[in-house]
Amino acid sequence: MDIAHIAKLARLKISEQEVAKFTKELSAILEYVNILSELDTSDVQPTAQVTGITNVLRKDEVRASEASKEDLLGCSPLPIVNDQIETLSAHEKS
Amino acid sequence: MELVRSCLERMEKVDPNIHAVVFQNGEEALKKAKEIDAKGVFDHPLTGIPYLTKDVFCEKGVPTTACSNILRGEKGGKTYRPPYDSTTTKRLKAVGAISLGKSNTDEFTMGASTETSCYGPTRNPWDVTRVAGGSSGGSAAAVAADECLFALGTDTGGSIRQPAGFCGCVGIRPTYGRTSRYGVMSMASSLDTIGPFAKNVADLALVLSAIAGRDAYDATTADSPVPDYRSSLGTTVKGLNVGIPKEYFISGMDPDVEQRVREAAKTFEELGANIKSVSLPHTKYAVATYYIIVPSEVSSNMARYDGIRFGHSVTDARNLTSYYERVRSEGFGAEVKRRIMIGTFALSAGYYDAYYRKAQKVRTLLKRDFEEAFREVDIILSPVSPTPAFKIGAHADDPLAMYLEDIFMCAQPLAGIPGLSLPCGFSKENLPIGLQIMGPQWGEELLLRAGHAYEMATMNVKPKPVL
Repeated sequence: MDIAHIAKLARLKISEQEVAKFTKELSAILEYVNILSELDTSDVQPTAQVTGITNVLRKDEVRASEASKEDLLGCSPLPIVNDQIETLSAHEKS
Repeated sequence: MELVRSCLERMEKVDPNIHAVVFQNGEEALKKAKEIDAKGVFDHPLTGIPYLTKDVFCEKGVPTTACSNILRGEKGGKTYRPPYDSTTTKRLKAVGAISLGKSNTDEFTMGASTETSCYGPTRNPWDVTRVAGGSSGGSAAAVAADECLFALGTDTGGSIRQPAGFCGCVGIRPTYGRTSRYGVMSMASSLDTIGPFAKNVADLALVLSAIAGRDAYDATTADSPVPDYRSSLGTTVKGLNVGIPKEYFISGMDPDVEQRVREAAKTFEELGANIKSVSLPHTKYAVATYYIIVPSEVSSNMARYDGIRFGHSVTDARNLTSYYERVRSEGFGAEVKRRIMIGTFALSAGYYDAYYRKAQKVRTLLKRDFEEAFREVDIILSPVSPTPAFKIGAHADDPLAMYLEDIFMCAQPLAGIPGLSLPCGFSKENLPIGLQIMGPQWGEELLLRAGHAYEMATMNVKPKPVL
């Protein structure tokens, strides 16, 4: 398991010391879960959810929201400009 | 009003020792109590009854942080104050129950001991050097210590049942889809279930009736009507078929735990039930299945914590990607990071089939084990945990050992079945021991009936923890 690669995918920054610790812990966990390879599941369907319900639909009508636009934007720690949250640029700063 | 006051006073007295409460909403609670008293209408049994809610249930305007730094504004950003109510707290508000505030939990409910909370651990009221269990340790401890009359929790892999067992109160994990998850911060969406804690089964039944039911805002809730769970209490368990699963009595288990649970089976027999041995052959694969599926769903659910719409923020990041990395690395604790990484790995290209898809298939086998067992028996008994509450810090350097604490708690969520946890005695060190009663999907009535019958049969003086 390449911790650095996984951390990048998960948008986490792992320090040098943490890499060693996490590598050890995660290796132990992954080794443990390998017990599943003992089972022959070639004829078994996967279970994604246990409700037995599919496609719960409703009429495509707009309903009033409990939270107002101001309430929702008010939760943001970033500046609000024209009802939008202003973030840093996705591009590298030159 | 007296009830709220007495709970708040109790909190002041005992909470410094056990740390079950992370946000006390006393002023608001007293205000609500005054309003209710003034109106004088007490048409629901829960009207005016004070409770605590786990710090993952959104209450409008009340700081809700999942006990994580990523939703606190301590070191930058804003503490999350939800702009809306969860369906569950809304339903309780509608019947007049009064929320006293937020109880402690493992960070984002990831843990079995309430030790990963950013606010520090909750201590077991029966022995403050030991854990209260987790992740709903705060709720369980608060009920056991009389800080409230009931509490709300969530159970994904035992997080209601295990702390109830460790703290000596009752808790139920209902069938997945019986209660609404709307407004509750998600951990693993195909397993998370909302449920109550209480001091006895009758109270538990009352709260469950008030919160259960279909919710238009949670498409995984079932359309089936909610029974009045209290009305079926008191009926006999004569002729009930009770299963004892051999795979749940393992070597290394605490002998007191095994003793008490077997004594509980004897009690059921004396009440006229038929005890049968059953087998749940895939039990030993439950923890591994759980710890692939859960981190996978976690890695997806944690993606929303990015410092944009709520919570923690930093001011000196280079660009957006760096901002995400900084916010998430500063905000999340080690256990959350571990699970995000395991999940990211298990779902990544090249590993998805070997890990996630494989686990989903084993999930089917675990579900089948129960379906087959419930053709022979009506309910199944087991211990809640192989040992009573362990010492705080016992698993500090061994996350895998902590995962193995969930050994009796993981299979039921994977199969979607309900489980009731109630006290069945004490260990030699005077620590509570929990009994789990499992039932088929939508079998809550049966569980509560059986639990109540057991409670009535074993009702000696119920000891209280000395605080």
